[in-house]
Amino acid sequence: MDTILELTLQHIQIVAVAVGLAILTGVPIGIAITQDQRAADTVLYIAAIIITVPSIALFGVMIPILSLIGQGIGYVPAVIAILLYSQLPIIRNTYTAIANVDPALREAARGIGMTPLQRLRQVEIPLAIPVIMAGVRTAVVMNIGVAAIAAYIGAGGLGQLISRGISQTDPRQLVAGALAVSILAIAADFFLLWLQKRLTPRGLSVKRG
Amino acid sequence: MIRLDELTKVFGTPAGDITAADRIDMEVPEGEICVLLGPSGCGKTTTMKMVNRLVEPTSGRIFIDGTDVTKTDPITLRRRIGYVIQQIGLFPNKTVEENICAVPDLLGWDRKKSRSRAAELLELVALDPAVFLKRFPKELSGGQQQRVGVIRALAADPPVMLMDEPFGAIDPINREVIQDEFLRMQSEIKKTIMFVSHDIDEAVKMADRIAIFDSGKLIQYDTPDDLLAHPKNNFIADFVGGDRTLKRLRLITVEEAMMKDPPRVTADDSLSDAVAKMEEHGHQSIIMVGPRGRARGAIRLSDARGQKGRVGEHYSKLPTTVRINEDLRNAVSAMFSADETWLACVDDDGNYKGYITQRGITHILGATYRDQ
Ligand SMILES: Nc1ncnc2c1ncn2[C@@H]1O[C@H](COP(=O)(O)OP(=O)(O)OP(=O)(O)O)[C@@H](O)[C@H]1O
Ligand SMILES: [Mg+2]
Repeated sequence: MDTILELTLQHIQIVAVAVGLAILTGVPIGIAITQDQRAADTVLYIAAIIITVPSIALFGVMIPILSLIGQGIGYVPAVIAILLYSQLPIIRNTYTAIANVDPALREAARGIGMTPLQRLRQVEIPLAIPVIMAGVRTAVVMNIGVAAIAAYIGAGGLGQLISRGISQTDPRQLVAGALAVSILAIAADFFLLWLQKRLTPRGLSVKRG
Repeated sequence: MIRLDELTKVFGTPAGDITAADRIDMEVPEGEICVLLGPSGCGKTTTMKMVNRLVEPTSGRIFIDGTDVTKTDPITLRRRIGYVIQQIGLFPNKTVEENICAVPDLLGWDRKKSRSRAAELLELVALDPAVFLKRFPKELSGGQQQRVGVIRALAADPPVMLMDEPFGAIDPINREVIQDEFLRMQSEIKKTIMFVSHDIDEAVKMADRIAIFDSGKLIQYDTPDDLLAHPKNNFIADFVGGDRTLKRLRLITVEEAMMKDPPRVTADDSLSDAVAKMEEHGHQSIIMVGPRGRARGAIRLSDARGQKGRVGEHYSKLPTTVRINEDLRNAVSAMFSADETWLACVDDDGNYKGYITQRGITHILGATYRDQ
């Protein structure tokens, strides 16, 4: 039988890979849609719809599709589901943060001769980091729960304890699993908050003095 | 030199076209400050932003030192033009040093060179590099931020600067200080500067030339003194204000308005000599100077006439003097508060250089009107 530790690592791995991929896709999308209001509305609308689909239903939809490549259940659909759920908080926060960069700063950056890429790298992204990281935190905490349900499609993780606890009517496993998922979510939240503070440029957090 | 040639900008808006700049023709000579002045929405910012292509002209052309900027790559162009915006726009994630070095870094300057330049520039605006280089913008006062904003624009030593209400965000007292500081700097660096302002007093103080705009049109382009002395129409006269003649007092120094090589006496001269000198010049009083030529006191004709003795025994103290490098506004103020119709003018060492009278001042202010 898997130890709680192994299951926890499995759980973390699923969420980390999926949210990692979500950052790699969501942040560029969030930045890109700041250029076009209509595209922004459309993308945010679609992302909002995806997040309202219950995870069980999403897994159900993916099984026949992913079966075509022999991955109907298990790790792959779990990662894809979490990747999709993470898009809304990450895209929305990136979009909001970049769009709300003080127009004076954007103008100053443009006026001194920065290219659009230099502007992004040197000014807009550094200023957006705290808000983007807040989106990542939301995505991680929310999807630690989704990953627990993915145990039903054989993705592994702490959800296994819960599902086994239910099927074997073993409250010990059930409670252990539920507790472990909750603690993991809280711990992840703390860790990411710490990381968010670390990544925030120092100039944004200093006090007047 | 910046030259605008029939420069026009029309913004298409849902509510119809707005002509923000309407066939603007003007030239800012090398090394001069040109202040664009006018009521809100008259097109000052738009006109200025066309120079570094933050706004693309609808028609017309802009030349900097003879080169048509509309044919220059905007990124390259902007790195060669210093730019200061009203909101200052320091990058909060960068230190003061990184902010100042922003353009040199974009230009790929050697780090050592740009970093030492940053320290040098901070000293120029009286900020200690040891204290400020590593600070972040949030750790500076408003006035300090504004100074850093200005020297950031100067960092790559651009020949041309655009400044959009650069001192707008600070309180009036600090603004005067920064203005003086900037004028001192400009007297050395001699940049060609376009400077947007909506404050006539700031314009009169900073400008070599003032361009007054109204609804996208350039109405008058003149030196501050000409503008105040000869407003072209009622709009300009209203805009510069009913006290425009008094404003001109700031533009004239005591030295320009005073009577030079005045008669003088020393303590050892006899009163009858003093009387003779006053009568010769038709003066009611005369200044007594010390051995090195410092203004020490005065003798009045009515007190000296028919008296015996030496000047040194009868002189009265001077109520006040005025320095020759001060402007007439200060001189008039000193006259009013001392209730005098004339003042002795001295240099920084107190040497007597001339005198200035109320009549002389009104004469100077009136002169340009009579010329017409
Ligand atoms: N991007 C734009 N789109 C549409 N209209 C614009 C745009 N920028 C400026 N305008 C209009 O052009 C006119 C001139 O604007 P501009 O900003 O040049 O004025 P200004 O003289 O700088 O005024 P202020 O003293 O208030 O800064 C205004 O009527 C303004 O509303
Ligand atoms: Mg403006």
